Amino acid sequence: MTEAKDGCVEAAKGPILPESEPGRSSEGTSPVQEIQKMLARVGGQAIDFEANAFVEGKGFQPVKLSDYKGKWIVLCFYPGDFTFV
Amino acid sequence: MYGEFKQLDVEVLAMSTDSRFVHKIWQEQELSKMVSGGVPFPMLSDSGGKIGAIYGVYDDSAGVDIRGRFIIDPDFVIRAMEVLTPEVGRNPEELIRQVKAFQHVRATGEVTPSGWQPGQVTLKPGPALVGKVWEVWKP
Repeated sequence: MTEAKDGCVEAAKGPILPESEPGRSSEGTSPVQEIQKMLARVGGQAIDFEANAFVEGKGFQPVKLSDYKGKWIVLCFYPGDFTFV
Repeated sequence: MYGEFKQLDVEVLAMSTDSRFVHKIWQEQELSKMVSGGVPFPMLSDSGGKIGAIYGVYDDSAGVDIRGRFIIDPDFVIRAMEVLTPEVGRNPEELIRQVKAFQHVRATGEVTPSGWQPGQVTLKPGPALVGKVWEVWKP
């Protein structure tokens, strides 16, 4: 396993909502306060976000969903590390 | 399994409310013993569940993201979603089948009937097919 660097000392932005600029720019997007509403819909645009990540071989780095625009993406949520299923 | 996603040119992202630090230790202590070299895809941290909330998978009372998975196409359109409560794991074969079907549809404009697998008959929607599906597709 390679030496992991912490490329994300700053907090990741979390959801990046379309109203600022449709799912792209990180500039000028305000931190999201209390977003509880589900916005994801099949047939609708994916909602961009930035999250801190651990990537094998690369260490810690912020990852944006829109980094992968133009590719097929499978986004999987799961309840927790070290659980059983 | 991951090799198959690579072959289909699919990027996999995994996300939970755990921190990136916990992800790293999980990878080192457990996942690398289940999968040689550990899981190769990025493990994202949704601390606070804000991302899960907008994707409709954040369980406020438990403070975790439940099992949700989303297929997103190259135009950034969500093509499929599946959400399960935590007790039951997913079926990657069905996920791969759906990715192949959506890729086929995108490439050909044809549509795929129930249970379609690559190589099986597809349907070409249009006036000529109305009332005639039974002639071409026999489940």
